[in-house]
Amino acid sequence: MKTCLVVDDSRVIRKVSRRILEDLGFEVAEASDGVEAMAWCTAVMPDAILLDWRMPAMDGLEFVKKLRAAPGGEAPKVVFCSVENEIEAIREALDAGADEYIMKPFDGGIVAGKLDYLGLLA
Amino acid sequence: MIPIADRDFVSALCLARAGLKVDPEKAYLIESRLSPLARRECFSSTEAFIDALRHEVDDRLAWAAVEAMALPESEFFRDHRVFSQLAEEVIPVLARSRGLEPLRIWSAGCGTGQEIYSLAMLLADAPGLGKIELFASDLSERSLEKAQSGRYSQFEVQRGLPARMLVRHFEKDGESFALSPRVRQMVRWRRVNLMDDLSRVGQYDLILCRSALSQLAPEAGARVLGGLHAALAPDGLLVLGQNDSAGKAFVRAAPDMSLYAATRDAARSVA
Repeated sequence: MKTCLVVDDSRVIRKVSRRILEDLGFEVAEASDGVEAMAWCTAVMPDAILLDWRMPAMDGLEFVKKLRAAPGGEAPKVVFCSVENEIEAIREALDAGADEYIMKPFDGGIVAGKLDYLGLLA
Repeated sequence: MIPIADRDFVSALCLARAGLKVDPEKAYLIESRLSPLARRECFSSTEAFIDALRHEVDDRLAWAAVEAMALPESEFFRDHRVFSQLAEEVIPVLARSRGLEPLRIWSAGCGTGQEIYSLAMLLADAPGLGKIELFASDLSERSLEKAQSGRYSQFEVQRGLPARMLVRHFEKDGESFALSPRVRQMVRWRRVNLMDDLSRVGQYDLILCRSALSQLAPEAGARVLGGLHAALAPDGLLVLGQNDSAGKAFVRAAPDMSLYAATRDAARSVA
């Protein structure tokens, strides 16, 4: 079973994302900011990471840069999931090492489409 | 996002009025279909519009909502493997066989333009294939108008469009995303009813007709296939939807995609 780490400081968003990802056959873990997410990834790298941008402690952008520099950190597919919807912001996230980008609000169809494009749906 | 109770209501309305199946989980689809309608009808929000439907204020609104939901679902790079096969294998081979002649590609039943623009973006990113002319047609003037504008909502640009393509080819303009003039200008548009005589629409080396057939009754589908056969240039290729059947006038040209070539008829094979 493929694993996905959901990183978001909103418990509601984590719950919505968990439901969507479990329906798509993922095993889901949750973290509420970049620091917690980094601790997860140091223990075991997930196949995919759904990543919020604005979070306390460590934000999404800083997290993805740290992740990509860590041993084995190039492996997970990172999908940003943020209210930021300016082209420049999306470009910044991709340049920092994200594979895909979802603008909130999102739904199951959008998540499935992005994960399929990244080759994560069987 | 539209609350689930409202989405359930819209789904039930479509089923009751037109036997139409609308998945209430598809929040983006319901929003993107009903919000332009709500604006046009001067409601303050999509929720306010759905509220009016629920209270049966005006039967005309209910039908307008059902019609908006009945349009075929369109997305960028639908079945994205088809597009990589077209750009990497099919189009280069066709372009070589045409030599200096321009390669003519037609998206028949283009809806709001996502299919032909997906191809246009790929071709813009891979120059050197020679001269390629892109054409797109639809029955609906409203769809063509939207397609030509190249403006899509946030929901629409997230359906099938990779984020890297979005940042490369779109600019934010208010709440919508506008496709670059460079890609928009690659496509020529016209209104075509696929049921009409297609021998006068011109000849095309590659025809994409991936959503129209599944919405048509069998006799109408056969007629359209006949028309597409007439519009296909010698040695041209036709791409259908995954579940479409091509009938006797075509033979499959690739094992792993819905790509077809015209069957050579008796007269031609004798010659």
